Amino acid sequence: MADRDDKDLSGAAKMNRRGLLKCMAWTGTGVVWTLSGGVPRTLGLIGGAAAAEASQGALTFVQISDSHIGFHLPPNPDPSATLTEAIEKIKAMPTQPAFLVHTGDISHLSKEEQWDDADQIIKSANKQVFFLPGEHDVADADNGKAYLARYGKNTKGKGWYSFDHGGVHFVGLINVFEFQPGFKSAGLAKIGDEQLEWLEKDVKGLSASTPIVLMAHLPLWTIYEQWGWGTQDAGRALGYVKRFGSVTVLNGHIHQIIQKVEGNVTFHTADSTAFPQPAPGTAPAPGPMKEVPANELRKYLGIRTVNYVRGKGAPALIDSMLVA
Amino acid sequence: MLTTMNPASRRRRMTLLLGAVGVAALLAAALPELTAAGAAAVTAAASSATVDIDNFAFTPAALTVTAGTTVTWKNEDDSPHRIGDKNGTFKSAALDTDDSFSHTFAAPGEYPYICTIHPYMVGTIIVKPAGS
Repeated sequence: MADRDDKDLSGAAKMNRRGLLKCMAWTGTGVVWTLSGGVPRTLGLIGGAAAAEASQGALTFVQISDSHIGFHLPPNPDPSATLTEAIEKIKAMPTQPAFLVHTGDISHLSKEEQWDDADQIIKSANKQVFFLPGEHDVADADNGKAYLARYGKNTKGKGWYSFDHGGVHFVGLINVFEFQPGFKSAGLAKIGDEQLEWLEKDVKGLSASTPIVLMAHLPLWTIYEQWGWGTQDAGRALGYVKRFGSVTVLNGHIHQIIQKVEGNVTFHTADSTAFPQPAPGTAPAPGPMKEVPANELRKYLGIRTVNYVRGKGAPALIDSMLVA
Repeated sequence: MLTTMNPASRRRRMTLLLGAVGVAALLAAALPELTAAGAAAVTAAASSATVDIDNFAFTPAALTVTAGTTVTWKNEDDSPHRIGDKNGTFKSAALDTDDSFSHTFAAPGEYPYICTIHPYMVGTIIVKPAGS
């Protein structure tokens, strides 16, 4: 069976789930990636000298995503258990991250008890956590009010924010409140004018050498229009950051790792800690891959470590599966 | 939008009633049960129809009913979905697997709707005047 599909997708997305799994198995062995000048290259296995250098960087943080607490169906009737395993993996890291980011779908159905469970588990990492909502976190009767009451303190507008850490400028963008419905055009997420205007001002005064991390739940590039895997006005957001030497985009939503390089911008979707979704176009619908056997599930789940080395613009990313 | 070009006075009274329901729905879009309950009260013994939600799609994608019909969406998918009408007249809560949502269509017209969680999922309810 071929590892790639013939569908007309962007270069990085031309891989089916089986091919992706091979790559994930490979990344899962602990290969450290660095993205330099837009060309990914490996630094070597974790524990190697180069990786050690990377781990002594100016800043290390961890991305987790799509914990979907409250999901209860195959292939994972207990996403609290797999989130716990992800957090244990973080706690065991030799170089402790400065903080965690959660790129959305914390809960499955925006219920307080689901967020309670997630918070309880994530809290045990004893780290500051920067949250973003997924569309599953704004599905309450008041359209996101519950999420914002809980996670939206010290944020702007409908939950967006920026902060600086270790010389890196982080922006948390929200693309789950506005959308373009799929009647006559593609049904895609939107960032919205108010937030885009804020973003333009937010990055205006920064030096072009400042590394930028843009985080959002849905991908900030169109991975697969037929499944709504894209953000209609992402191009405008990317226009505001194109002058920067290093822009790293971290997304969730699609429950698999797909990466793309475009000039100085690298795009990375993340694994879920709950369940995998099919590679674009390889299934009738983007729902959970319920056929994944229990003993294989953790190969499809993971966390991501991001290392910035002082003096080098682009970070090194390590994606690790939840297998021991 | 619930005010229709129906000439009969008996109908007009009903339209007014339904118009009030429509206003209530607009004012309380977050409380879909108000709309469903209110509409059900004036269209007792109406017929019913079903839209299945599976594989991230509405089946049938276009459903034609007569005014007064109660349409029930049943989520048979492994993912939650949420029904929202393009014009804001009706909106369900997030429907988990096996949950359902009903809305009674009192006024003729076309009602395009989406899944507000997955806005590429679209459907339409076409409501014809009763007795047509």
